Amino acid sequence: MRLPLLALLARGPAHGYELKQDLEQLLGSAYPQPNVGQIYVTLGRLEKSGLIEGEDVEQSSRPNKKVYHLTDAGREALHAWFEETEDEPRVRDEFFMKLALAPQTGLTDQIALINRQRRQYLNTMRNLSKLAAAENRDNRIAHLLIEGAMLHLQADLDWLERCQEELEELE
Amino acid sequence: MSDGPAVPVLRAEGLVKTHHGEGAPVRAVRGVDLSVARGEFVAVTGPSGAGKSTLLHLLGGLQRPDGGSIWLDGRCTDSFSEARWAVERRKAIGIVFQFFNLVSNLSVADNVELPALLAGVPPRRARAEREELLAELGLEGKERSMPGELSGGEQQRVALARALVNHPPLLLADEPAGSLDSKGTREVMRLLSRFHGRGQSIVLVTHDARLASAADRVISFFDGRIADDAALDGTPSRRPGTSGVLKLRD
Repeated sequence: MRLPLLALLARGPAHGYELKQDLEQLLGSAYPQPNVGQIYVTLGRLEKSGLIEGEDVEQSSRPNKKVYHLTDAGREALHAWFEETEDEPRVRDEFFMKLALAPQTGLTDQIALINRQRRQYLNTMRNLSKLAAAENRDNRIAHLLIEGAMLHLQADLDWLERCQEELEELE
Repeated sequence: MSDGPAVPVLRAEGLVKTHHGEGAPVRAVRGVDLSVARGEFVAVTGPSGAGKSTLLHLLGGLQRPDGGSIWLDGRCTDSFSEARWAVERRKAIGIVFQFFNLVSNLSVADNVELPALLAGVPPRRARAEREELLAELGLEGKERSMPGELSGGEQQRVALARALVNHPPLLLADEPAGSLDSKGTREVMRLLSRFHGRGQSIVLVTHDARLASAADRVISFFDGRIADDAALDGTPSRRPGTSGVLKLRD
């Protein structure tokens, strides 16, 4: 959450609740809604590390609100964030360990493991399809997020299929 | 017609099909039992060469099984001739294929109306049905186009209109998005879901899990046999599932 909040502040000063709304609008229903407490905590940490600064703004009938802006160090951190590439997604290693070890335990067979895992992926895929159908058509960022998740899941399903092909031949 | 709610729209028992070509015989379908309830949307997935297209061809009477039986709406098809199957494919079963299989020298309108006319529907009604379907599928203004002038996604929508023009109880789809880009795939998925939502029974063969996830039930087909048959409930599971897949890192 830290860097996304910095990125939102690169545009100009904002208070915590505004940032929450901006995130929601940008990412749509696809992204699990960040809770406002989490955002305030993160802002507090960012301020402590000198990446942002807050100023209290008085409000007539409510408690003061704090408007944050990016510091030079914050801008630097953001530059570094965009410079860096991200780690590759990883093969579902826990499942792989089950698959590799199942035969020697005699407790379950590999095809049953694959079938169970596939059912879960397919159900998740279905939920993602529903999410995509419910999301505002014009929110491209949200749709790209869902599509990315679906393509990853498709790759996992393809890999399960390969496992099943290989392992069934041995039966 | 016996169409009590308990009679499946499609039932198969002990289906077997072996292809004899060059080289060793290929046992494409090796003993398949299958029942599709009225209004159900079933996807059959599996690697290429698993025999899933052969299975679909058997279900549509495009190929005949070496063993086993198929019932359409409770009617046993064992004694059906080629001509009788052709009638079924006009009235009771609509089929869409990966490569659309439209008649290339007929206009879009004629492609869609042809099966209705062949089924004895009066021309005026065939035309009305065609207009309604093309409008529904977002193809207004394309009536006079030839198939070759359309994009792949548009051709598949015409094929879908052709398959549904006689309101068949069963729609069979063989890799309907197999030659489409991802936008075309989403479009096909949306349309299948929409027709399913209105009660259309569908059997879809696909290697694309995204497409398969639109179905109520997914059959995993390996090496000519059903390896798994799972109802998709689509209810959020206790696991991170959807939100876990989507979660951006802290």
